[in-house]
Amino acid sequence: MTATSESSLAKRYGYSEKVMDHFKNPRNIGIIEDADVTSKVGSVACGDLIKLYLKFDPNSDQIKDIKFESYGCAANIATSSMMTEMVKGKTIDDARKVTFKDISETLGGLPRIKLHCAVLSRQGLETAFLKYEAKKGRVKIDESFVNRILRGVLEPVQGVDIISAKILENTKVDGRKISLGLNAKAGSELANSLAEDIGDAFEGLDLDLDLKFKD
Amino acid sequence: MSKWIDPDGQARGLVYLDNAETTRLDPAVLDLIEGFMLDKYGVPAGEFGYGLEEEAGNAIEQARETIARRINASPEEVIFTSGGTESNNIAILGAARSSYYKGKRIVTSRIEHKSILRIVDKLTRQGFEKTLLDVDREGFVNPADLETSLGGTLLVSVQHANQEIGTMQDVAAIGEITRDSGVLSHCDAVQSFAKEKIDVQAMKVDLLSVSSHLIHGPKGVGALYVRDGVKLEPVLEGDDREKGLRPGTPNVGGIVGFAKAAELMTDADSARMRQLRDELIESLLTISDSRLNGPRGDDRLCNNVNVSFRYVEGEAILMHLDLKGLVVNTGSACYSQKLEPSHVIRAIGGSLEDSHSSTRLSLSKWTSKQDLAYAAETIKEVVETLRAQSPLARKVSQRR
Repeated sequence: MTATSESSLAKRYGYSEKVMDHFKNPRNIGIIEDADVTSKVGSVACGDLIKLYLKFDPNSDQIKDIKFESYGCAANIATSSMMTEMVKGKTIDDARKVTFKDISETLGGLPRIKLHCAVLSRQGLETAFLKYEAKKGRVKIDESFVNRILRGVLEPVQGVDIISAKILENTKVDGRKISLGLNAKAGSELANSLAEDIGDAFEGLDLDLDLKFKD
Repeated sequence: MSKWIDPDGQARGLVYLDNAETTRLDPAVLDLIEGFMLDKYGVPAGEFGYGLEEEAGNAIEQARETIARRINASPEEVIFTSGGTESNNIAILGAARSSYYKGKRIVTSRIEHKSILRIVDKLTRQGFEKTLLDVDREGFVNPADLETSLGGTLLVSVQHANQEIGTMQDVAAIGEITRDSGVLSHCDAVQSFAKEKIDVQAMKVDLLSVSSHLIHGPKGVGALYVRDGVKLEPVLEGDDREKGLRPGTPNVGGIVGFAKAAELMTDADSARMRQLRDELIESLLTISDSRLNGPRGDDRLCNNVNVSFRYVEGEAILMHLDLKGLVVNTGSACYSQKLEPSHVIRAIGGSLEDSHSSTRLSLSKWTSKQDLAYAAETIKEVVETLRAQSPLARKVSQRR
């Protein structure tokens, strides 16, 4: 009969033992009640979603604490766990130097079809930084900012961000009002999923979102 | 509970509940096969065979009778193949190529096995047309839908029991309609064979696929029922064995083992699995925010359980269970090599979330009450662990 020890299981699924370790015992899992900023990227429909909670030192921009929650596969859990370990204690500038490839390599590699999990955890971090900087008034909320946040919103079937998937057709920013034109039929499963995910992506920024779907 | 040895040399218990994927060989079948591998290793040849050939020939004909009896067919209507996928391919390709003049349309359901859906797809690229029958929330096709799609149809192929959610179709009602209209009818009965009653006369099917490895028989062997008078164009070319529909040296040991395995599956086994299945469903549904996929009662395959657990993802469930010695299956996209969610859960109207967390547990004739108690307890524990890590579960508990 099949052996199911950790090492053979890892081999069977194409995961490294380090991935298995982080999957079984995720580091920094949970929430921070008084987080300075949270970010939620990915999608339920896609089966790949994380929420990050961060606390910073207000003077040095150092990440004092970072926690995550996950809805996703073993690679989703392990990459987020590893990412939090790699950036905890770093300043925003230094943490930004950590790439998704670094996360994957530190985990001993990922199966090719699971690399997008490392991309997602890295995007979650970027979204959190952008939101923090916006809250601090250090970045302007303009089209470029909005599009950078939307990199964390996924088209559920292909699992790529809505900009690469060409679902986002246009972005307009007028003060705190953001209008997005989206190539999805109003009331469809896709539109409902996007509305929820986009709302979550900008959560806590006190913006007025206007989503325009197709009739 | 069977024992297995992990790489550290430790003997552990393994609870295997993935019997819709494959099963453990029945030891009595192994003994029989061994004889045909080591001593009686001939293959049937011409009419004047020497001893070894005659022995092999007789054994195959006896096996043919056993399989035929099990589905209420005559032995001449059964050909042996290499398994369910091959049977399905021979049936559909063979019918399309021999009856193309009767019509261009093949009708099947949205929840068939991939070996059906893909061959039908391929035929649409070669000038044929397809109609996919919708299914309801429990996975049932509506036979009345057939009436409107029979024009220009050469073949209808609807499975007996579904591989993921265990829905048992009313094949006889479909056969009634196709037989009256002179349209060929195929049924993929791979999941239900020797577990549920199959009567090709009552079901009025022309072609029916069965397989060995899901009933504790060897892998790589199956059979196709071809009703007397139904003409199929061979998919493989070679000698005239198996009526020319499956030429080549027959898998004697496999065929003999297949029939033995079928003999060793009894109605009592099915009744016991049915009872245990219902108990398992009840205990899994005590987990909050869980949902049964597929129907309840006699319209559900006797060894199939499929439940979705909200706010958690199937690959993570499966791997945690695997580490605890419990083997199940999932419809999650993350577990599939192509990152595609289960087409069955989607077809019954399940959300993508439902498909990502759909967990299939399939029983065998050896599954015990203790196995299922361990399974239910372990799944509960793992779902709780993963929900404690999930932002979706938190969001909901805050709303409440």
